[in-house]
Amino acid sequence: MTASGTFGYGTEYTDLIDLGRLGGIFVKGTTLEPRQGNDYPRMAETPSGMLNSVGLQNKGVDYFVEHIYPVIKTYDTHMIVNVSGSTVEDYVACAEKLAGLDKIPAIELNISCPNVKEGGMAFGTSCVSAAKVTRAVREVYPKTLIVKLSPNVTDITEIARAVEAGGADAVSLVNTFLGMAIDVESRRPKLSTITGGLSGPCIRPIAVRMVWQVFHAVKIPIIGMGGIASWQDAIEFILAGSVAVQLGTYNFIDPAVSVSIVDGILDYLDRHHISAVSELVGKIDYL
Amino acid sequence: MKQLDFTVRSNEKLNEQNHLIKITPTDHGPLPEMYPGQFVQVLVDTSPRIFLRRPVSINFVDNENNEIWLLIQTVGEGTRKICETPAGKTMNLIFPLGSSFTLPGESGNFLLVGGGVGTAPMLFLGKKLCEKGFSCDFLLGGRSQSDILQRSDFEQFGTLYCTTEDGSFGEKGFVTRHSVLQKKKYDFIYSCGPRPMMVAVARYAHNNGIGCEVSLENLMACGFGACLCCIEKTIRGNVCACTEGPVFNINELTWLD
Repeated sequence: MTASGTFGYGTEYTDLIDLGRLGGIFVKGTTLEPRQGNDYPRMAETPSGMLNSVGLQNKGVDYFVEHIYPVIKTYDTHMIVNVSGSTVEDYVACAEKLAGLDKIPAIELNISCPNVKEGGMAFGTSCVSAAKVTRAVREVYPKTLIVKLSPNVTDITEIARAVEAGGADAVSLVNTFLGMAIDVESRRPKLSTITGGLSGPCIRPIAVRMVWQVFHAVKIPIIGMGGIASWQDAIEFILAGSVAVQLGTYNFIDPAVSVSIVDGILDYLDRHHISAVSELVGKIDYL
Repeated sequence: MKQLDFTVRSNEKLNEQNHLIKITPTDHGPLPEMYPGQFVQVLVDTSPRIFLRRPVSINFVDNENNEIWLLIQTVGEGTRKICETPAGKTMNLIFPLGSSFTLPGESGNFLLVGGGVGTAPMLFLGKKLCEKGFSCDFLLGGRSQSDILQRSDFEQFGTLYCTTEDGSFGEKGFVTRHSVLQKKKYDFIYSCGPRPMMVAVARYAHNNGIGCEVSLENLMACGFGACLCCIEKTIRGNVCACTEGPVFNINELTWLD
């Protein structure tokens, strides 16, 4: 599957890959009201990764329902909407509007965006607020509810348990790590917001560790992500405890990487005489 | 938009900072239609320090030889690596990307203003204008003589005027002070170069009632509208410079406010 914020609405990639080969597309973060996002510059390249500070630029859920959904509902894959907000009421109202869309089988609650002043990550860094927003959305959203966790916490397993108790069907992790870069010549921060979210292969070992920790803490399924750039990386996340993976930043470098990862996983299963990915989940051999 | 491997046919060092790299599809397939102002995203080598692709504007399309020309200025490690790519090596591209300059419907006096490596797309634009039977003038600016690149190529498609900051070639000063602007009345101006230069060109055009398009070089990650990093503030709000641009009419931008 492809990660929210790195794959647009899928439309951006139709020239480059067959979307039907993907397990699903997590579309761009959607909010109740339209958002202009943060000022330029929003991006800085870092070793094996990048910082971004987009700030949830989107045209709002009503625009999504009216103009984007009619296009993407025809795609031959699972279209999952990433939902963000500043208040619990925002999340609930947005989820309600999406619940009626036949071809959206799930939403991913983004309680982990590091690039907005209000809400976002604030919900995902406290067990109480994470459980509260999950429970509130659970009451109005009957379909699959995935909660995307922030890695910017002392113990991610506590948050995972809190959203599980709040009624989440699955968790996805990790969102970006809060980071910062400074231009040494001008002495200015490289992002207009000073800090931003770090993604890319540089975060992968930390993300794998967090998936492994959460796998041992909750019973609900885990969707793993964080710097996946090859099928080996995807298998690593599955062995750590993910039932599925999302591919994010590397889509920018190789827009066809998701399809090569699908092929690589299939080949791996074949070589190891494994009939389904589910047989591999959490199956680390500790010697 | 395609993702395709190209083979480097030649790599010529034009001055201390700039290389002209000519590439052709490795599979010998035909090039798709491309328009002046559009760009390509070059995969460098995904080494830890050069993670992202590098956007490079299309300098020229040589249909006869099935080649795209890329004029690349070394500004950092990524562009240096690209400039070090020898003939025979492969280069992976996502292309063609972005909007293009609007070609006029009828003839007139067209001025193509380029500064530094921003002169690159002006050559392809000059060719397209020439193909439509329109004449154009090029006004190219640089710090010194060695910055004025591809002079003979430009001269095939129009009259060349130049400025250099040190006066070593053409008139001394910035492009917006060139005497041709006093002598000739232009109907439309196209521009690409450092942002302060383009802002000055946009102001000149606006103040003189001349239509003007500029090509931006905002920092970007993907190049095709997925990451929303390269935004430019416009009268319609924040838009992606990679898909809505890089070419914008100055009336769409907020530069003149």
